[in-house]
Amino acid sequence: MHPILKLVVQRVALSLLLLLAASVMIFVGTQILPGDVAQSILGQAATPESLANLRAELGLNDPPVTRYFDWLFGVLQGDLGTALTNGRDIGESLGKRLGNTLFLAFWAAVVSVPLAIFLGLLAVRYQNRWPDKLISGVTLTSISIPEFLIGYVVMYFISVKLGWFSSVAMINESMSLGQKLNAIALPVFVLTLVVLAHMMRMTRAAILNVMQSAYIETAELKGLSMFTIIRKHAFPNAIAPIINVVMINLAYLVVGVVVVEVVFVYPGMGQYLVDHVSKRDVPVVQASGLIFAAVYIGLNLIADLVSILANPRLRHPK
Amino acid sequence: MRIPLSAMIGLFFTAMYFFIAIFAPWIAPYGLTESVGDVWEPMSSRHWLGTDSIGRDLLSRMIYGGRTTIFVATAATILSFTLGSILGFFAAVVGGWADQAISRFVDLIMSMPSLIFALVVLSVMPVTMTVLILLMGLLDSTRVFRLSRAVALDINVMDYVEAAKLRGEGRAWIIFREILPNALSPLVAEMGLRFIFMILFVSTLSFLGLGVQPPAADWGGIVKENKEGIIYGVPAALMPAIAIATLAISVNLVADWVLNRTTSLKGGRG
Amino acid sequence: MSDLMLKVRDLKIGATVYPPNAKPHDIEIVHGVSFDLDKGKVLGLIGESGAGKSTIGLSAMAYGRGGVKITGGEVWVNGVDILKHGIGDLRKLRGADVTYVSQSAAASFNPAKRIMEQVTEAAVSQGKFSRRDAEARAVELFDKLGLPDPENIGSRYPHQVSGGQLQRCMTALALCPQPDLVVFDEPTTALDVTTQIDVLMAIKAAIRDTGVAALYITHDLAVVAQVSDDIMVLKMGETVEYGPVDQIINNPQEDYTQALVSVRSIDHEEKAATPEPVLTVSNVTARYKGTNFDVLKNINVELHPGQTLAVVGESGSGKSTLARVITGLLPPSTGQIDFAGRTLSPDLAQRSKEDLRELQMIYQMADVAMNPRQTVGTIIGRPLEFYFGMRGAEKQKRIKELLDEIEMGDGFIDRYPAELSGGQKQRVCIARSLAAKPKIIICDEVTSALDPLVADGILKLLLDLQKREGVAYLFITHDLATVKAIADSIAVMYQGEVVRYGSKSKVLSPPFDDYTDLLLSSVPEMKLGWLEDVIANRKMESAGN
Repeated sequence: MHPILKLVVQRVALSLLLLLAASVMIFVGTQILPGDVAQSILGQAATPESLANLRAELGLNDPPVTRYFDWLFGVLQGDLGTALTNGRDIGESLGKRLGNTLFLAFWAAVVSVPLAIFLGLLAVRYQNRWPDKLISGVTLTSISIPEFLIGYVVMYFISVKLGWFSSVAMINESMSLGQKLNAIALPVFVLTLVVLAHMMRMTRAAILNVMQSAYIETAELKGLSMFTIIRKHAFPNAIAPIINVVMINLAYLVVGVVVVEVVFVYPGMGQYLVDHVSKRDVPVVQASGLIFAAVYIGLNLIADLVSILANPRLRHPK
Repeated sequence: MRIPLSAMIGLFFTAMYFFIAIFAPWIAPYGLTESVGDVWEPMSSRHWLGTDSIGRDLLSRMIYGGRTTIFVATAATILSFTLGSILGFFAAVVGGWADQAISRFVDLIMSMPSLIFALVVLSVMPVTMTVLILLMGLLDSTRVFRLSRAVALDINVMDYVEAAKLRGEGRAWIIFREILPNALSPLVAEMGLRFIFMILFVSTLSFLGLGVQPPAADWGGIVKENKEGIIYGVPAALMPAIAIATLAISVNLVADWVLNRTTSLKGGRG
Repeated sequence: MSDLMLKVRDLKIGATVYPPNAKPHDIEIVHGVSFDLDKGKVLGLIGESGAGKSTIGLSAMAYGRGGVKITGGEVWVNGVDILKHGIGDLRKLRGADVTYVSQSAAASFNPAKRIMEQVTEAAVSQGKFSRRDAEARAVELFDKLGLPDPENIGSRYPHQVSGGQLQRCMTALALCPQPDLVVFDEPTTALDVTTQIDVLMAIKAAIRDTGVAALYITHDLAVVAQVSDDIMVLKMGETVEYGPVDQIINNPQEDYTQALVSVRSIDHEEKAATPEPVLTVSNVTARYKGTNFDVLKNINVELHPGQTLAVVGESGSGKSTLARVITGLLPPSTGQIDFAGRTLSPDLAQRSKEDLRELQMIYQMADVAMNPRQTVGTIIGRPLEFYFGMRGAEKQKRIKELLDEIEMGDGFIDRYPAELSGGQKQRVCIARSLAAKPKIIICDEVTSALDPLVADGILKLLLDLQKREGVAYLFITHDLATVKAIADSIAVMYQGEVVRYGSKSKVLSPPFDDYTDLLLSSVPEMKLGWLEDVIANRKMESAGN
């Protein structure tokens, strides 16, 4: 087997194993910790009989291992269970919301990735001069403020003071793409601010690392133009670290989405998860937590795979 | 030793925030929960920052809120540092299966975003200050573990550590006299960053309603209480942004200075 | 038309330095250097680190590395002052008329591109050759430079060929556009001595056959003497001496040049073996955990009190592993080590404090052998405290004595390692091991990271200390000149085995085994025509076989 294929298979297998372990952790976290689900649903005033009934209904009397495997096999067959609070099928409610969240995250990525790479290049081009310093100053500030506060600052100035966009980002299926984009303009803007700082700093570091290599000097001493040097020598070596940076930041984005959705009352996964955490609706929390973990692990996996595939030492072994 | 201006500013503001946090009851002009005016009064000489959604003095809420936020963040940082660095050093120096076991477990915890992990746990745990501190400290100790383990591993293979081993020095001397002095600066700088992260983390949880519970005040909670005002053009919910940002930037400036001092010590002549 | 290829007049080069805790400021690193180079000739630029030789070499392409910039003077290439050129004209010059070979070919090749594409790139993009012609020319150069499989080596990636081969590919890269001038910047420094001679021969033949002029930059006078017509000796950015190679080597005028020429000519009388060796290594075989081959195979050597055993070999020969086995850091799989009449426990953890005290070690990189957070006083004082329980005034007195012994004086007690020069750091390390009053000091490449004159000082100090304190050295090195200077007996190691062992005179006199012969004949000598003699000898031998 080609060594690179072996590495890829190993890496994918490891990610699946990690996901499995994460599912165990989510399950253990929600079932075995001291809080009792039945008690928290019914409150302190619950009678012993109603508690016992609910426990039986939820299958809480089975041993934990059995309950875990029941849950896991259900998830594998696409059955995420039913919500305790309203008795609806979780898969159905989640599906639509997941779509909305991905829609928001997608557009945030579309805006922030090219912008971050462009600003990273700009910072490298004017290294240690004012554009570089300005960019790092702004990014330092933006990583010092939590996402939700950036959200309200943006809402206050752009939506309330200037009256440009709506302060709530409601979307539904009957809206056209243009209307939808208009609705999510502010959350996309906030999410962009949130990930831009990290992504730009890491892009800057990745490009600088390549530009300081001895082979760039060799290319300069061949009398090649700056453009040729970047196209033929810097780009092929910088692309993998940059994709890596992008993937890691998209993983950050997943977390940012949760909070930003709450701020803008956006009907996505994040809001759904937060609502049901407050309501202590354990099956919903388990299902959403697992999906977030899967996305996060998946993005990190892509980042790893890109590094493996881009490494000439692995692609062309001795 | 000359302290650069940026670090001076950072130190001054950091110290000021801690001072206010410690002496909050003496500094705050009004009580934490007293209703002293109308809803969302604008800034005035009576209420420097105006009043909040149920007519409490916002400045007092901010001062008490800072006390809570800084206390929770500090306690969680201390927990995460003590646990993370002890385990990290232990794993690096001892190595072998102990190192493997701890490292793999940390990988597992870090395979999920901290916020999601925290939400999952908080869906079944009672939301109290102790639970918050424990949860945040434990989750964050994984990052401290990775850093301190990496730093200790780097130092552990240095020739001067080998020279100490060849001299016959005990493990205590090697950890406390050879490794620790060289690991301290990066760890202290990281401590600043972790502290900022804790501030952001606890604020976020409170904002989501899963952190500090009312009527106690904290910066994230103040945003939650006053967020409706934004739509009416009342900036009360934005006050914590200014507080969090200045504190975070100040701590960052101090951390940067600590890190720079290390690198200049390593460099120098030769 | 004159034959003058390169004319440099009053060249001044500056750089911006960024000292910690101070404002960045400009300093001058080359202070007005002038020289001429005719077509087809080779000028050697020689000096220690910080002499400015690489910077001067790159000025032939009007290139400043990092924050370095040319601040004054003239650089005439083919009758044109290139310092007046704009970047567009410089790009036409670089890679076409003047090319560059760097010290580290491994870093200078783009890891993501095939060798052929990189070798021909300048020739094609500068419009000197068509792609097809450039590739034909590259294959020809690969062949001339003695690379295996010249037809196909170009289709490999840089990481797929060895270091010595890549260095030759770099030379092909520089020669492919048919330049008028090549700047060789320490092209063989990173190579093992037996590889170095092959690359050196290839470079010399290529220069001769293509009629290209060259600037050859190195810190090794013996190497530059083999390839140059003229030599310029540099120190701290100034010319010390400049003249034909014969004059510089055989009749140096300046003290500094004389010192460089006579470096490593320390006279050391070989001492006869004693009946009682202080250290006996018997049948030692060792391997690293998790590997499946022995890095040391059945090693047997002895070290006599007050004498020096030199363990010599190239990278990967296992010489440093031997040190790890003797110190107990790597317990051997078989064999035993006897020390001062007792058998040493194989594992460091089981050894007595007395064993540890009497067996000290000095490292190659003095920088990292000292804790940067401890002062010189603490570093030297710790063994006194640890082994002899010395405290207070007694300890201070002894520290001062030791500092005197290493010729440094007690002004250094409160200094930190970062404030010392390379030679001073190594001296402090020597003092630290002396503080333990050892019977043996293991010296692992202790002079390799130092400039030749500084290294000489350290070797003299070590010999001096041996005379006074009667300490024995196990001296590990790749440098045969060092071995000749200080050894009483020698063990030659190759691929984990001792291939030759005995007294210095015996090991260094014929008949030789093949490897020792190759190793000895590969060490550049400070003698004109040495390289030609070696080439001729090797040809004769291979013809005889």
